[in-house]
Amino acid sequence: MSAAHPPIHSLDPIGPGHRVTLGETLPLKLDCGLDLGPFQIAYTTYGKLNADRSNAVLVCHALTGDQHVANMNPITGKPGWWVTMVGPGKVIDTDRFFVICSNVLGGCMGSSGPKEIDPSTGKPYGLGFPVITIRDMVNAQAMLIDHLGIQQLFCVIGGSMGGMQVLQWAASYPERVFAAVPIACAAKHSAQNIAFHEVGRQAIYADPEWSKGGYFDLNTIPRAGLAVARMAAHITYLSEAALHRKFGRNLQNRERITYGFETEFQVESYLLHQGSTFVERFDANSYLYITRAMDYFDLASQAGGVLANVFQGSKTRFCGVSFTSDWLFPTSENKDIVRALNAAAANVSFVEINTDKGHDAFLLDEPEMFSTLQGFIDGCAEQRGLNGSRA
Amino acid sequence: MNTQSKALVPAKGHRDIRRDLLLIAEMVAPKTRLLDVGCGDGALLEYLASEKDVDGRGIEIRQAGVNACVARGLSVIQGDADNDLPDYPDAAFDYVVLSLTLQATHNPRKVLHEMLRIGHRAIVSFPNFAYWRVRMQLLLSGKMPMTAALDDPWYQTQNIHLCTIADFDDLCAKDGFVVEQRIAVDGHGKRLTNAPANWFGAQAVYLLRRR
Repeated sequence: MSAAHPPIHSLDPIGPGHRVTLGETLPLKLDCGLDLGPFQIAYTTYGKLNADRSNAVLVCHALTGDQHVANMNPITGKPGWWVTMVGPGKVIDTDRFFVICSNVLGGCMGSSGPKEIDPSTGKPYGLGFPVITIRDMVNAQAMLIDHLGIQQLFCVIGGSMGGMQVLQWAASYPERVFAAVPIACAAKHSAQNIAFHEVGRQAIYADPEWSKGGYFDLNTIPRAGLAVARMAAHITYLSEAALHRKFGRNLQNRERITYGFETEFQVESYLLHQGSTFVERFDANSYLYITRAMDYFDLASQAGGVLANVFQGSKTRFCGVSFTSDWLFPTSENKDIVRALNAAAANVSFVEINTDKGHDAFLLDEPEMFSTLQGFIDGCAEQRGLNGSRA
Repeated sequence: MNTQSKALVPAKGHRDIRRDLLLIAEMVAPKTRLLDVGCGDGALLEYLASEKDVDGRGIEIRQAGVNACVARGLSVIQGDADNDLPDYPDAAFDYVVLSLTLQATHNPRKVLHEMLRIGHRAIVSFPNFAYWRVRMQLLLSGKMPMTAALDDPWYQTQNIHLCTIADFDDLCAKDGFVVEQRIAVDGHGKRLTNAPANWFGAQAVYLLRRR
């Protein structure tokens, strides 16, 4: 942390893991037409790569996730974001697989993004960072996988935006993905989802502290704007039933309503907490870039508008998962992927999990999801000849 | 549609595959593509993959069934015959199998047409409502028959479109399905040879194709 960036921007410690510089000789060609390079990718690994390098699993994180999938988060001090799925003896068993999780391009946990220093100016990129796409993120990950000397990933897995990356991996690098697990996602971002993202972005733009993305120079953070963006988004990650179960119309620290505008209901207090903790760990400009990348995602547009053509001839084994109460990426959109895979005669399994926990269910303790995916991973490991190396 | 569990007699010595599933397996040519609708725990798909090198896919309504299939390394999606067949492109499979499930679909006629749209051939099995034990129970007791193949009382059965072998033959003739093969089995799962199928067949298996 240099003197030019005082402690108010406390996102710098990337914590355990590694950071690699890529694209030094050959830059990354971005969808927007620009070249990016050199650039950095921050990542963590767990477990051991086997002798024939066939047991690597790439975990792709969602919009506000990071590379700390199964270790304590260095900023929040909380457990990794997917310890329910990844770890010793878990579905993605770190005693069995070499697990890789990288911070996406455009992120704010050590990979190149608007918060990082632009080598050409010596100052943070801010809005000078090129606009990136899900495919750019995946191409950057592929360069990381090259760097690690891995030809084929045993599995690429992720939920939400992580699921979009899984689909892009299977589309761009079919021969490098033995098994793909896209969870609670879609092959394109819907108009409704773009609309919610735009509300979040407008909240950030409306915060004077944002200063057209130049807040680093002014030693401020658009806390209010980013918090509102997070609050609006967080509602979409839950479900009406889950909110009702958790909070109902319960009042916050009071016996009766007070006819005022203080925090009256528990659900308000909960959302305020979500917003205020989020700004401590996430960069507002990063939020703009990554939401934009999701909005641009439309896999079929990469194959003349026919999604099935994206997967034509694919030998990858797919297992999709959706959740009954997920209204952000509903079952119908997950099934569009399954339909396209069927039309392409791909190997596809799919299960819809019954839960009232909404979109965020993929991060939570969902025994049915674990048992389906355990079966899928075991079956694929058998076909890949990995079961002999089981610990 | 958890009707696959209502097979009459389990086969012995054939990798634990049920005898009615074995009849279906016999109709399938090696190295073909097959969709098993209502595939249960994937026993038929696994048998066909190992014994006949068949490239199989499945649809199953119960999550436990999907889990069991996926754990066997089979490609199975959660869904059902009424809702999920329209998602498949034309002529995607050599065979589409519907085993002891037709009578539990909402629109069996549409399901049959869908099967023959997405498959070159359809293999369909169903319990025969004109089986002599069924006829006798209704005649003598005046109550809805219950047999090994029809083992739920009327108020909780999923079988909403029961038919007889003669009924099914009529529909095939009417809608232009060519019956390439028909096998009827008795209450012990033994193949009928000379006995009249619509009297002595407890179940029937049809191999159909489009005209």
